[in-house]
Amino acid sequence: MDTAVEVERAGINLKPSGRMPDGEVALAPIESGKTVGNIEVEDPIFRCRDVDVYYGAKHAIKKVGIDVAKSQVLAMIGPSGCGKSTFLRCLNRMNDTIEGARVEGSIMLDGKDIHDKKQDVVQLRARVGMVFQKPNPFPKSIYENVAYGPRIHGLAADRVELDEIVHSSLQRAGLWEEVKDRLQHPGTSLSGGQQQRLCIARTIAVNPEVILMDEPCSALDPIATARIEDLMEELRQSYAIVIVTHSMQQAARVSQRTAYFHLGDLIEVGETDRIFTNPRHKLTEDYITGRFG
Amino acid sequence: MNSPRRTPKETQAIVERSLNRRYWAERRFRAYGFAAVTAGMAFLVYLFFVIFSNGLGAFRQTQIRVELYFDPAVIDPAGTRNTDDLLAADYQALIRGALKAKFPDVEGRVATRELSRLVSGSASFTLQRRVTADPRLIGTRESMWLMAGDAVDLFMKGQVDRKLPEAERPLSDQQIAWLDKLKAEDSLELRFNKTFMTNGDSREPENAGIWGAVAGSFYTLLLTLLLSFPIGVAAAIYLEEFARKNRWTDVIEVNINNLAAVPSIVFGLLGLAVFIGFFGLPRSAPLVGAMVLTLLTLPTIIIASRAALKAVPPSIREAALGMGASKIQMVMHHVLPLAMPGMLTGTIIGMARALGESAPLLMIGMVAFIVDIPKGITDPSTVLPVQVYLWSDSPERGFVEKTSGAIIVLLAFLVLMNTTAVILRKRFERRW
Repeated sequence: MDTAVEVERAGINLKPSGRMPDGEVALAPIESGKTVGNIEVEDPIFRCRDVDVYYGAKHAIKKVGIDVAKSQVLAMIGPSGCGKSTFLRCLNRMNDTIEGARVEGSIMLDGKDIHDKKQDVVQLRARVGMVFQKPNPFPKSIYENVAYGPRIHGLAADRVELDEIVHSSLQRAGLWEEVKDRLQHPGTSLSGGQQQRLCIARTIAVNPEVILMDEPCSALDPIATARIEDLMEELRQSYAIVIVTHSMQQAARVSQRTAYFHLGDLIEVGETDRIFTNPRHKLTEDYITGRFG
Repeated sequence: MNSPRRTPKETQAIVERSLNRRYWAERRFRAYGFAAVTAGMAFLVYLFFVIFSNGLGAFRQTQIRVELYFDPAVIDPAGTRNTDDLLAADYQALIRGALKAKFPDVEGRVATRELSRLVSGSASFTLQRRVTADPRLIGTRESMWLMAGDAVDLFMKGQVDRKLPEAERPLSDQQIAWLDKLKAEDSLELRFNKTFMTNGDSREPENAGIWGAVAGSFYTLLLTLLLSFPIGVAAAIYLEEFARKNRWTDVIEVNINNLAAVPSIVFGLLGLAVFIGFFGLPRSAPLVGAMVLTLLTLPTIIIASRAALKAVPPSIREAALGMGASKIQMVMHHVLPLAMPGMLTGTIIGMARALGESAPLLMIGMVAFIVDIPKGITDPSTVLPVQVYLWSDSPERGFVEKTSGAIIVLLAFLVLMNTTAVILRKRFERRW
């Protein structure tokens, strides 16, 4: 099957941004793997080195190395098609589901390679939860949406415990007050913002260590976005969060570290404050000052 | 752009000129559609009219009322009340006696024979069954309705022309005179035809029933469903969700599509050669019929199921996988419930085709003349479309309405089956 079609089905846009003014930005050829800034952190949850991703013949991610810290939000920004979503999906091996996708390099979760033969992908995804761009609750009741993860992983011994998990997950996702009287209504009957919080509740119900968020607010209005952002601030006390976002303001608001991707290369990593006030790489500067993107 | 500069007014004028043409195209298309639907409806109405006007008669049967005396001297002269003796008794004589009582002036062998021909030959078996079931009847008198012969039935349904010369009619002048008299006494009327609904096939039109074929169709289709639905859905899930996409799966896909277009009689030959010839399964049995029909419906179900699986949004799959569901959990918990309505649609189409199929069943012997009602999947039986074919081929005039009657039953069966399926599908349908 056509790889491009498969990739597009997975919601990834491979087309490079057409708005890039020629000559101005593409200065010298970028040397892959030479990231500006410190990619390392103390005691990381994820340690990625020399990660390459191919979709068939297309080289989507080039020698990316970065650490993900605990109790921190890492924002990944960059123009469309720069590979930030692709990289995010490497972290819980969601790229496995795409035909023709190949991931190389080392991605260590707590010191263990996630591509190791002994690493079970089901277990990995229980440890690394994911929230998607478009809210995608299951076509089941609100209760069932949250209870699904604990149920398949056998996290609750009985109904009482399951009820408790559902309750606390919805509570932490800030949705409990709004849905407590209609837990048996379909999850799809909620508004977009509520659906996205339901998806977050569903993810934290499994009690993961890392939450990956792939542009979680791009389909939401500003008020719903603000609620999700507040939620992320709370959640980062207990989880490491990696968020892909198109909005630089959002990255500035929610994250402590920011990584800038450009056409498959990780250009620059640093403290969010530093990146937005004092970018060191020309491409980063052009992007955050709105010269292209 | 190289288009000439136009003022907004000019542009508007051009748009306006094209409007008419566009609306015309739309109206024309609507007219075609309306005409096609009307023509289709007209044909359908005509078809139904013909079938029902011919076939409704099959559900009613002429019966003759007689005062029957269960004469001990005829039934059980020795007085043993032994079942074998009761079975061997001459019940025809009882009926002859009862008819003679109605028409005391009839004398001579010829006239007596003509008189007793008014009643169906099967009436004596009805009496035999009743007496052996309850020997206390012997010695009592009872006014009862006996089934009339097929010529009398035709007469009552207006299909015997009195004006024809006597030799060209199935009934003689004398018989018609008796019938007129019986009619005047309210002892001759059309009553609900229980025989048609409960009997198996017969060489006599008045004894032929549809129930054998209904039971045969029921067993065959039930088994077809039980075989083809799980196999078809499982095959679709495997091909769509688990099999690697390579040249082999492409070959398989092309071949499944080709199989859907193979003439059904070929499947019948295959069933004959493999199931009956090689595996030695019984001939004429619903078991083999169902296996053949399964082969026939599988491509339809697989193709529809794969389309239904493809239509499930990828976001649901990602959500499930992202939660840590294994692939089979993702399919069983999320994808399959969403694809189920589409799969059921494919199954309805496949089963409707299986119900109407006769050619492959001819090959495996389901065309045999079978009187007994099948009681299981290995009993010899026939199915409704084959029964229609058999009766339409029979020379007796009485089978004409039976044929149409069988078609009506077949249609009712189809409607019942599809209604069930649609109700089931409705229950599976959910909002995404």
